[in-house]
Amino acid sequence: MINAGLKSQYIEEFKVGIADWKVTAAPHHIITLGLGSCVGIVLLDIKARVGGMVHIMLPDSNQFRNANNPAKFADTGIALLLKETMKIGARKGSIIAKIAGGAQMFKGYNSSLLNIGERNVNKTREVLEGFGIPLVSEDTGGHVGRTLILQNDTQKVFVRTIGNMLKEL
Amino acid sequence: MLNKKINMDVPTAGVINFREIIEMLGSEEEKAVCVNLSVKGDAPSTVLFLLSEQSAFVLVDYLMGREPGFTVEMDEMAESALQEVGNILTGSMLNALSTMTGLPMSSSVPAIAYDMLAAVLSAALLERGYFEDKVLLIETRFYDVNVVLKGYFMLIPAEGSLEKVFHTLGLNL
Repeated sequence: MINAGLKSQYIEEFKVGIADWKVTAAPHHIITLGLGSCVGIVLLDIKARVGGMVHIMLPDSNQFRNANNPAKFADTGIALLLKETMKIGARKGSIIAKIAGGAQMFKGYNSSLLNIGERNVNKTREVLEGFGIPLVSEDTGGHVGRTLILQNDTQKVFVRTIGNMLKEL
Repeated sequence: MLNKKINMDVPTAGVINFREIIEMLGSEEEKAVCVNLSVKGDAPSTVLFLLSEQSAFVLVDYLMGREPGFTVEMDEMAESALQEVGNILTGSMLNALSTMTGLPMSSSVPAIAYDMLAAVLSAALLERGYFEDKVLLIETRFYDVNVVLKGYFMLIPAEGSLEKVFHTLGLNL
């Protein structure tokens, strides 16, 4: 059984904010809290024991004039994260992806015209495929907020929702 | 509806980012309730009525005339009560703004979410088409003599809306 509270003092936990990213080598952890319609993307190279995470808000940077923060969008965020994980030793052929988020949090919207969560997930899948990165597991959609955790010491990825235990992704 | 008086603070306004709104209420994973309305008209904006879980329960008990502590989970009744409060608060604020500026304003049916604070807050803004991680917000706190609520009522104007409101008042930003 995994207990996130039992960590060696040598393991640091880096927090990724909204429209933010981090990469790190084993044994450190990366966490992003409270994904709603946003998507958290983990890129992981199990052989090289390095990984990273980006927390994107929107699908496509091309729809915005001042897209100055690449971590905000699925297209530029994944490209950035791929580049940065490779900088710390990941090899493109052995990188895998795991994603979480993309929920629709509100009840009572009368149209799904702007289902931003679903669009974020679709774009994320498309961009990963474009880079040839296999998406090995995901916990997306629905109506729940999610916290995403990458544990580089065990090379495992977990998702937490309110009132539930950590679930391995 | 209440037949009781709830006091509201004088509103304050400022540019704020997601993290600061979260810090005002608690932490990212803390359970919160968010009622969200969109304001249509010449100065489009969105309204967020954010409450910590505990404050939401307290307010529901208060509205229903129950002993504080009776409500321990959000059922449909609690959700519609809070949506109604959101409606009333928004309606009275828009009335005042409309009268002052002469700009017509009307609000949509309220939507509600109950989950991690960071998740509901970011989704409220994104699903209404507010894409900046910083927003200009006009917020107010409200309280009753006997009840202290940890909650905020915010009006977030769309780009250009605030200028319009100021312009009709003869002010320049």
